Amino acid sequence: MKINSADALESIRREAALALAVREESNLAVSEQSCGLEKGTPHMQILCCGGTGCKASESAKIVENFRSSLAAHGIADKVEVLVPGCFGFCEKGPIVKIIPDNTFYTSVHPEDVEEIVTSHIIGGNRVERLLYLDPGSGKHISDSKHMNFYRKQLRIALRNCGFIDPENILEYIARDGYKALSDSLNRDSLDVLADIKASGLRGRGGAGFPTGVKWEIARKFDAPHKYVVCNADEGDPGAFMDRSIMEGDPNSVIEAMMICGYCINANHGLIYIRAEYPLAVHRLQVAISQAREYGLLGDHILGTDFCFDIEIRYGAGAFVCGEETALIHSMEGKRGEPTLKPPFPAEAGYFGYPTNVNNVETLANVPVILTKGPQWFSSIGTEKSKGTKVFALAGKINNVGLIEVPMGTTLREIIYDIGGGVKGGKKFKAVQTGGPSGGCLTEKHLDIPIDYESLAAAGSMMGSGGMIVMDEDDCMVSVAKFFLEFTVGESCGKCTPCRIGNKRMLEILTRITEGRGKMEDIDTLENLAKVIKDTALCGLGQTSPNPVLSTIANFRDEYEEHVKDHICRARKCKALLTYSIDPVLCKGCSACARGCPAEAIAGEVRKPFVINPEKCIRCGMCLSRCKFGAIRVI
Amino acid sequence: MSEIKVSCEALRQVEEICRKFHNDPGELITILHETQNTLGYLPEPVQRVIARELGISAQKVYGVVTFYSFFSMVPKGKYPVSVCLGTACYVRGSDKVLEEFKRVLGIEVGETTPDGKFSLDCLRCVGACGLAPVATIGEKVYGRLNPSDIKKIVAEFED
Repeated sequence: MKINSADALESIRREAALALAVREESNLAVSEQSCGLEKGTPHMQILCCGGTGCKASESAKIVENFRSSLAAHGIADKVEVLVPGCFGFCEKGPIVKIIPDNTFYTSVHPEDVEEIVTSHIIGGNRVERLLYLDPGSGKHISDSKHMNFYRKQLRIALRNCGFIDPENILEYIARDGYKALSDSLNRDSLDVLADIKASGLRGRGGAGFPTGVKWEIARKFDAPHKYVVCNADEGDPGAFMDRSIMEGDPNSVIEAMMICGYCINANHGLIYIRAEYPLAVHRLQVAISQAREYGLLGDHILGTDFCFDIEIRYGAGAFVCGEETALIHSMEGKRGEPTLKPPFPAEAGYFGYPTNVNNVETLANVPVILTKGPQWFSSIGTEKSKGTKVFALAGKINNVGLIEVPMGTTLREIIYDIGGGVKGGKKFKAVQTGGPSGGCLTEKHLDIPIDYESLAAAGSMMGSGGMIVMDEDDCMVSVAKFFLEFTVGESCGKCTPCRIGNKRMLEILTRITEGRGKMEDIDTLENLAKVIKDTALCGLGQTSPNPVLSTIANFRDEYEEHVKDHICRARKCKALLTYSIDPVLCKGCSACARGCPAEAIAGEVRKPFVINPEKCIRCGMCLSRCKFGAIRVI
Repeated sequence: MSEIKVSCEALRQVEEICRKFHNDPGELITILHETQNTLGYLPEPVQRVIARELGISAQKVYGVVTFYSFFSMVPKGKYPVSVCLGTACYVRGSDKVLEEFKRVLGIEVGETTPDGKFSLDCLRCVGACGLAPVATIGEKVYGRLNPSDIKKIVAEFED
């Protein structure tokens, strides 16, 4: 059925909103009492997280079990099972949410399903053991609103993730979906563009270029074809916000691309997505075909003269394709090598035609800016960075997950309030932001309000929003080496500074981690890094030395220890370690010897065992197997 | 490139894929994706057929195939193992997990076991960072891995 006017869209919205009301209302009124069919609740919904993280923990099996259990109890008509996108709290996945009482079950296993159905869905009694246990108070919390993980968050780009069924366009429409498009098509496109500019929205992919200005430039160039490209080639290892948005709310990206098309006079949309994201690809395909079915993509959209359609293009695993010129070459079927700018894609992009490239998270903000107004958006955040930012919080942290906070939130609030602090009670050492283009920040940076400028000033960058927490067991020289290995592997090889400079830096770092470093190596690293920063061809090359520069700036003493004293205080650099067994603590249980892959441990049962340093490969297996703390690592 | 024989039937399938995309060189990457999905890998004879069909040089096709890590010129194992080396997995010890896979399977990254059963690769972020460190075997994701789990996991696939 085609929707051919703004009024038709509104009437569909009203109807769809009724179906969603049970979920919306439950979010307004916190139900202290749990609901159940025997308590008189007429209709219930079970939301099972369908994000990649939870799917990896058998959430599909959970859905299947719910459906068969409800059928077996003969209540399938009263209880709906839905699969929304990511709830964000990946640490506690798989997540199952019960509506209308908003019960948030964590770490659910397929075998827990029957108990949830009989005890909660039917009987109206929550399954206490599956509720989130607040580490502070030691009490169970049933509504996610009261969890520290969610309390400081403000979800704008993720507004629909974990709330709507991403494979049902009507649920998106019910949440004011396509309203921004419908309103825009009835306005002068210059006014719409002015709103985006006034909102202060900046690119969420890394560099933070003002989105409205980018659109304005693209608008200026006239050509028979113009393109709107969505950059969904999320390459930062450890960032997965774009994927979650596409999995949880694909229509928001489609709507935003159309609004962009209207503003810059383009009729073609292309989404460049990693082939490694099969679920996101599937959800986008479903959303595109549903949008076409309803006439929201295609010719004469909503009865106007505006025509727009979208195609999906697949990446094939190359980090450099996140750079817009490289991305465009890849879409043309070529090697994804960047080219010098200018000409900018706005002038000559896809097959030489004017092209505007925006990242997924940037686009997801666009519809809501227009429905709520640019002033609303610009009232959130800091002076120069407006709105919110999604971060993928991971590493040595208690609450791994996807979070969205207003710009200006401090790292301390993110790590300690939302993230619940460092895992295992270890000491915080550093937080890495911005992925391979960013840097490591330390204790002294924890109270800086985060925005594009403050992170850059501290020697890191916003990047796409990866945020990896590290503790005292992480060696900062190894971390720098890890990122450089990534860069060397991913360098496209076109320009010399990146291709050869990074390789030389990696050789020096390897030398240092193997105890063969010299003091002047640290200065050489810094010099090389500065040359690469100044001379590499593309944004990725220019930022590639950041992990090295920031670790030297903040952890120079660790570099010096590796070089001068041959010590790795985090005990990560294998070549600098010696494993031995404390004869007093060793009980002679032989667990170490049985687990040793190199057969380097020998001894008699109930007598102290001994490690042969010649054979030892320093894998640490004995350390993880010894129950008596007898393995010494120096 | 090594000597790899590909059946005429397979080459005909490749031609069909090219024609489906109107032999358009702009669709090269899409064609390579579909070909790899069908045949499992992209050996030299297949690349030559694609080059001929699209009217571009074989060197150009080879340049693209080798540029992208997703494309492979050697067949993958029946059970392809991929260890995530994203940053979140790395700080939670994925390097040790990878070492153990190498040891248990007796192959290096990018290789396939002689019986064609397992191949070993690295990937950058599955996006299941809450389960770090993570590895995938086929479609199945294994999370919160400890090097001592690997032997048992591999044994699940021994028939």
